[in-house]
Order: sequence, then structure tokens, then C-alpha cells
Amino acid sequence: MKKTMESGRVDQTSLGHNVHLAERAYRIRRNALRMGEVQGQGYIAQALDIADVLAVAYFHAMRFRPADPTWEGRDRFLLSNGHYAIALYAALIEAGIVPEDELETYGSDDSRLPMSGMARYTPGMEMSGGSLGLGLPIAVGIGLGLKRKQSPCRVFTLFSDGELDEGSVWEAIQSAAHWRLDNLVAIVDINNQQADGPSTKIMGFEPLADKLRAFGWFVQRVDGNDIDAVVAAFDAARDCPEPKPRIIVADTRMGRGVPFLEAREKNHFIRVESHEWQLALQALDEGRTA
Amino acid sequence: MTRTAGKPKLKTSAMIASIADADQPTREAPFGHALVELAKTRPEIVGLTADLAKYTDIHIFRDAYPDRFYQMGMAEQILMGAAAGLAHEGMMPFATTYAVFASRRAYDFIHQTIVEENLNVKIACALPGLTSGYGPSHQATEDLALFRAMPNLVVIDPCDALEIEQAVPAIAAHRGPVYMRLLRGKVPLVLDGYGYRFELGKAKLLRDGADVLIISSGIMTMRALAVAERLAGDGIRAAVLHTPTIKPLDTATILREAGRPGRLVVVAENHTRIGGLGEAIACELLSAGIVPPFRQIALPDQFLDAGALPTLHDRYGISANAMTASIKGWLG
Repeated sequence: MKKTMESGRVDQTSLGHNVHLAERAYRIRRNALRMGEVQGQGYIAQALDIADVLAVAYFHAMRFRPADPTWEGRDRFLLSNGHYAIALYAALIEAGIVPEDELETYGSDDSRLPMSGMARYTPGMEMSGGSLGLGLPIAVGIGLGLKRKQSPCRVFTLFSDGELDEGSVWEAIQSAAHWRLDNLVAIVDINNQQADGPSTKIMGFEPLADKLRAFGWFVQRVDGNDIDAVVAAFDAARDCPEPKPRIIVADTRMGRGVPFLEAREKNHFIRVESHEWQLALQALDEGRTA
Repeated sequence: MTRTAGKPKLKTSAMIASIADADQPTREAPFGHALVELAKTRPEIVGLTADLAKYTDIHIFRDAYPDRFYQMGMAEQILMGAAAGLAHEGMMPFATTYAVFASRRAYDFIHQTIVEENLNVKIACALPGLTSGYGPSHQATEDLALFRAMPNLVVIDPCDALEIEQAVPAIAAHRGPVYMRLLRGKVPLVLDGYGYRFELGKAKLLRDGADVLIISSGIMTMRALAVAERLAGDGIRAAVLHTPTIKPLDTATILREAGRPGRLVVVAENHTRIGGLGEAIACELLSAGIVPPFRQIALPDQFLDAGALPTLHDRYGISANAMTASIKGWLG
């Protein structure tokens, strides 16, 4: 279990809690690999890289009722990068929001678990994100709506570094700060990979944290695969007293948790041979900490 | 005498011009006032715009209910995305901009964040079709074609101040997304003389006649009624079927009226001839085996000129003069 450099002695309670979160992340990865195996393909490298963030979001930061995914008192979660549906389903299954026995229907005809997230028929999927660049704008509206209702609930949204290319995302970045949406927590997955190659080569977005701060956000940049750091970031995003929206810039490694996939040539849509799914599950089990 | 003394005054190329003729009765900002009235009993109503409050008449709602109004800035994508978010949280957002920006720049957002999820957002847009002399950037010539093609979206093209006033509560009563064209400022009042009541999804025969049936929507109904009067003076009996709801189309009424034998059927729309009311009706008629003599009065498939609206309406065949001449020509 890694200690964060700044914190010195790690509190024993949080150590136990964070070990528990690592276990959740492991099971999310496992669910994602099993879904990938069902279809023989999928955005599996992304699911592996974001599993730690999802574990912390769902099992540390957010309030929800598994049996009632539209409970008014829930924290909202918007998956802007719709192609990460495989990752979110993995988390929703772990959270008990999507029944475990639906896992094998992933990506199949008449399934409630299509490859690109659909709000209309999937419990826990609060928007249809396939077009990309939509989540943060909707989150602004939800943030405004929650404030209208004087609700203590928060809206979380996950989007990917490629979406930083979309002008709509920057409209939302500006707007959220303008409206002082301190009930909005965004997470951006910086895995430096999009359809045509490394994101920094396609449309450079650095220095990202500086830009976001200049736009009026409370910004934290963390290793998105270091659970302690991610927990600390979600806590700080909750506790920040400033009337600003919050963003966690999470640097992640695609394929994380399965060494041979993490080492594989970085592809937006990673190639996995049919026999490799079981090898991946084995590698995941072997690498399991705690 | 100065050199310019004999030159005719150039007609203005106005971005925003009232569509009313000089002698026509008008009402001021019917949309804004109707929304304020409705909001009194509907606490869930909120208003949004993308830097066009004054130009879509929602400034009246803003001034009456400042804490229920969201100025989103000149950003149409987030206008629609935020409207979707507010609808997620149980509000009934009325989002306004110009028809060009909703139908072009924000189309994906309307499609994906609002309509695909059947959210209760009402999109109300000024400068429909050719109601601006500002040029193609502001002339929404294809909005009806684009929005008709969206599943589950109700599409409305109201005629005048009375209809806008009545349509606002009607679209609020409808559960689901709505796109409504609107006129702003001094809006002509025409339908008060016809005992008219707006009903969503219903076409209404405003006047009957045996020689030609004009099926029209929006400001073209106002024109059609004027044209019918002129034609009557020449012994031509014209019927006017007003079709404010473009989607869902009142197919039954349209087929019944167009199916009455012996009449030229003319569909008149303030919209390109492509993909709008004319093509919609033609498809319904042919599918039902009804094939009357059929003509369209519509904007041409071109990028339109900038200039004064009266000039442009004549040039593109949608002025009362031009319509009268066309219809007489078709009747031979």
C-alpha cells in the first residue's frame, strides 16, 4: 500500500478503507475483463485505467441507493465518455445497481448494456454519452437545477482527455465557473490516447491544470491509479470552501492492472486475442494487492 | 440641388425587422408575456437564452422572474445541454435563441441530450425562415426540415400573436420536447377574426373555397388569407388550411381537404422547398393515393440574398403579390 508523499503517517482507518477500495477496483477490473471477453472486444484498456477512480467515486465519495437508481437524494454521475460504458457497467454491477447476471449480455442484441452508454434504459446511466463533449454541459444544468432545489446532492461527471478538444466542453468549463457551481465535481481521464493517437500530439492541452485554474476551477492533478491520492482528491473536492466547481485531473495508464496489456502498444481500441482474456484475468488476480 | 437629391433612398437590410405591414394590428412580445402568465401557475418553468433575451422576447420573463432565468452567454451548445440538465432535475426549461443557431450549431445537443431522452424542454426560436434581411447566417431556411427529422420532437410554426399566446400553454401541457418557431417584437394579429383556437396537432380550415386549397403554416397563413381575399376579387375561390403543427402532422384533415376533387393544392411555407411542409404533405398524399394538382410556394434551394424583407419576399415568391401571381398562373 503506497503512502502519499505529503501525508506522512497514513491513518489506520483510512488505510483499511483504502484497502477495501483497492478490492473494489480489482472487482471492477474483473467485471470489465469478463464483459470484454463476452464480446471479444471493447474499450478494455480504458476500463482498466479508470477502475480506481470509479472505485473511489462509487464506494467512497458518492451517495446512492443500489435498489433505487433514481433516488432523489443520490449524487448524480454523468458518464460523458460513453464508450467507457464497459467501465461504468463494471462499477454499477459491483455497486448492485445493475444485476450481476446481466454482465454476460454486454453489447448483445436487446441488452440493457450497449457498448455506448444509453440513459433511456440502463439503470445508473444518467446520460447518453456517445457523441462526446456533452457531459459537462449537462452537468452544468444539473448543478443549476440542484441549487434551485437547494439540494445537498452533488453532480459528478467523468470525461476523457480527447473531449478537451470539443468546444462544448470549454463552454461548460467557463459556464460552471461563472455560475459558481461548487456542487459539481468533474474528473478528466488523462490517459493520453484518443482515436488518432496520443492526445498531446492531436491537440495539445497542456498546461491543463493552469488553464483550468485560470478558468476559475478548484483543480487537483493526481495519479489516477494511486487510490490514496484519488481518495484525498475526492475529499478535498468535497471540502473546498470556495464557490468554485471542482475538477480532478487524473493521469492514468491504459491497461492498468494487466501488465501485458499495459505494455501493449497504446491503442485507443486495444486489440485482445480471444485466448488472452483468460490470461488477462489471471494476470489481474496475480497482481492483486492486499 | 445636391447630387444625391434625385437618388431613391436605399431600402434597409435589417437584421431584425417586424414582419407586420404598416397598417396591420399587432401585439407586443406575445411570447414573453404568455410565458410570464404561464409561469405564475407553473413554478417549474425556467427560462434560458444564449445572449438573445431581448431578441427572443424572453427578456420579459427575465425581468418578471430574474431568479428563474439563466443567461448562458453566446453558447448554444451549453444552452441546450444546461436546459437538458435542468429538465433532468424536474424543471420545465424554455430555451430561446435564433432558429439558425438551434437548427445548425446546437443540433447534436438537442438531438442527443434533450430529444433522445424525451426531456420536457421547450425550444422557442426567433427569426424563422426568411424574416431577416441579414443574410444566410440569420435566415433559418431549413430548420423545419432538420427538426421534422428528429424522432419524438413536436414542431410548431405559429401564424401570429394570438397563436403564439395560445401555443405557449399548449406546449407546456404537452409532456416532451417541443421546437417552436416564434415571432418577436410587434407581432401581427390576424387570427382573432377567425374564432381560432390553437390545438397542438390540429390543422384548421380558416376559410373554404372551391378552386384552390392553400395549406400553410406560420406567417404564410397570414399571407394566404390576404391572397385569398385578392383572388376572391378576381372570382377565384380559395380555401386556407392552417397547419401550425408541422410534426405531428394532422394527416387526417390534410387528406380530407386535399382529397376534395377539383381544387389546385398549394402548400405555402416560409422555408426551403426541401424537407418541409410541402414535401411532408406530398408524401402523405401520394401514400394515400391522393394526387391532386400540386404546387409549392416555398423558398428556393439556394443561399438567400441579404436585403430588405419586402424585396426578398417578392424575389423569392412568398410576398402576397408574388403568391397571388403564382396561383393565378397555375390556375391558367
